[in-house]
Amino acid sequence: MANPTPAKPLPRSSSFRIADVLGTATAGLTARKLRTALSALGITIGIGAMVAVLGLSRSGSAALEDRIAALGTNLLQVSAGQGFGGGDATLPEDAVATVGRIGPVNSVSAVATVDANVLLNDLVNPSQTGGLSVRTAETNLVEALNGSIAAGRFLDDATVDVPAVVLGSVAAERLGVSAVDGTQVLVGEEWFTVIGILDSFDDQTDDVETTLFADLDRAAFIGADIAEELFDAARNPETIYVRTDPDFIDDVLNVIPNTADPESPEEVEVVRPTDALEAQEAASSTFDNLFLGLGAVALLVGGIGIANVMVIAVIERRNEIGLRRALGATRAHIRRQFLLEALLLSVLGGVAGVLLGSAVTALWANSQGWRVVIPPEAIFGGLVAAIAIGALAGLYPAVRAARLAPTEALRSS
Amino acid sequence: MTTVASDSTPSAPTEPTGPPALQLIDVVKEYPGVPPVRALDGVNLTVAEGELTAIVGPSGSGKSTMLHVMGTLDRPTSGSVHIAGHEVSRLSDRRLSAVRSALVGFVFQQFFLLDGDSAVDNVATGLLYTGTSARKRRAAAVEALERVGLGHRLHHRPNELSGGERQRVAIARALVARPTLVLADEPTGNLDSRTSESIQALLHELHQEGATIIVVTHDNELADSLPRQVRFRDGSVEFDSANGTAGAPSTTSTDAAPSVGEPEPTELQLDDLTEPDPTDGP
Repeated sequence: MANPTPAKPLPRSSSFRIADVLGTATAGLTARKLRTALSALGITIGIGAMVAVLGLSRSGSAALEDRIAALGTNLLQVSAGQGFGGGDATLPEDAVATVGRIGPVNSVSAVATVDANVLLNDLVNPSQTGGLSVRTAETNLVEALNGSIAAGRFLDDATVDVPAVVLGSVAAERLGVSAVDGTQVLVGEEWFTVIGILDSFDDQTDDVETTLFADLDRAAFIGADIAEELFDAARNPETIYVRTDPDFIDDVLNVIPNTADPESPEEVEVVRPTDALEAQEAASSTFDNLFLGLGAVALLVGGIGIANVMVIAVIERRNEIGLRRALGATRAHIRRQFLLEALLLSVLGGVAGVLLGSAVTALWANSQGWRVVIPPEAIFGGLVAAIAIGALAGLYPAVRAARLAPTEALRSS
Repeated sequence: MTTVASDSTPSAPTEPTGPPALQLIDVVKEYPGVPPVRALDGVNLTVAEGELTAIVGPSGSGKSTMLHVMGTLDRPTSGSVHIAGHEVSRLSDRRLSAVRSALVGFVFQQFFLLDGDSAVDNVATGLLYTGTSARKRRAAAVEALERVGLGHRLHHRPNELSGGERQRVAIARALVARPTLVLADEPTGNLDSRTSESIQALLHELHQEGATIIVVTHDNELADSLPRQVRFRDGSVEFDSANGTAGAPSTTSTDAAPSVGEPEPTELQLDDLTEPDPTDGP
């Protein structure tokens, strides 16, 4: 046989170790840092937006749930609605007592507005009330509303008929009273001694505007007896707070109007304060969908950006592809390198996006006094989305790079 | 055929020990068109191991196509190409890649260095597709750079190197896998005359050490400085200094002792051809 024996056996195929593919793809990205950063940015924004939306929505929900839990879903609020004549209706004087006699009711408390101003002293212009009001309160108001006392004590049987006042959290702040040290404030024309300062009744939120008991936080509470004596205040309750057995809320809710005011039950309004929070939670989730949609659009644009950058890279790096083919890279090796570059690019963007979204969530939630909740499915979903986008965006450019004939790729540009 | 120990004189003739480094038999390369363009028209060429050969000709003479066919970057339309005894003209893309990674080294006019990588990393790329470990690649790259006189420039990036130094890095990259054949495409084409001379001297040095090098060039001065010239015109060999003729399979030669140890022209066994890859046609 005349055919010469080969000097060296020929390997079946050239090889490209996995670690080397990774190293090569990484080098391809680090050689063009600015471009890498900018093309990953689209994914970062998209994933970041989605993580932030989910995180904020979840943190907000958690905050609302905390508030609902703190208020208790078994709290009912009874007030007089509009009368037939168009004027304000009033609840009967004995409404608190009759409602308290309903079987499943655990406790009842009430407040009523007194026609007087509370002022720090007699030098202040009496018309500048600062939005504060004076109210009478039942002695069990704080317990009934799951409230708490910041300093001093609340009104009790011994202080309902003396000039003693308990300030709501906002009222205390606005009047500049921070300690129970014998300070006196002017209620109407009379000096009252501050005996207590309350915490906010809805202390799960810092947002004064959305708190459910903003009017109570802005009130100065005095006893009903002294109010009647000094200001000729009526004994009719304005708002009654009812705690019921959680299992019978709806039943209690139905019988309250007839019980509280048998003569005109249609004028009695009964609400469950936590319903408002639940409605708020439902309303915010519709916005979530909007923002998630925007995040998805950003993600799509980011993916297209990566595909675009990779297509340009394949054109620009034609010579590199030719060189690698000359050095022994197979088509599959070229494909792998470019696909992995696209994947790394989007995963880089995805990780940055998750971090960004989490940071935004943490900052915002903290500023709102919420507990920070970043749902794991947002992190996981964000990374999976990034990988999927990278694979999709990198596939076409990688196939194009691999299809390039070596002689074509080596032609000088 | 001449084997040259690295410390002996290159001209010392010895017994033939293996197949020629490169053998082309009746190679035709046609590019489709109306009428088809015949870039190579029945080329026969044998290059023995250890030879330093110039393939020279004006532009359009077919020498670029010759480079691609010799380097297995392109397949001939007909005829056969043997590198170190392996028939490569009908191999699949995968196997051709293996031939390039193990048997052929390339030096390009434009160097084609990776801008982001240091000299040693660029040279190590020459072993990237051979399955060699990163540590061994690096060690071999340092050795190859020392061999081309760039031992002091290991960690410089291409943009910190002169043109001549860049081409030395590219030459080191072509040598690092210890290929059977080094193909240099206009290696001095982008260099000034003084630098060209130093690269020319380096090629001679490497030849002395036993490397088989084919330089494709249109530069007659460079070609004439090399031991053997093969002149191309219109797609065929017009003149081969090894036998003074064109056409028939050339005899091998060494620079100082032509016609010594000349092997029989090898017969081609057609049934030996490996599977063609239909997807890889030009």
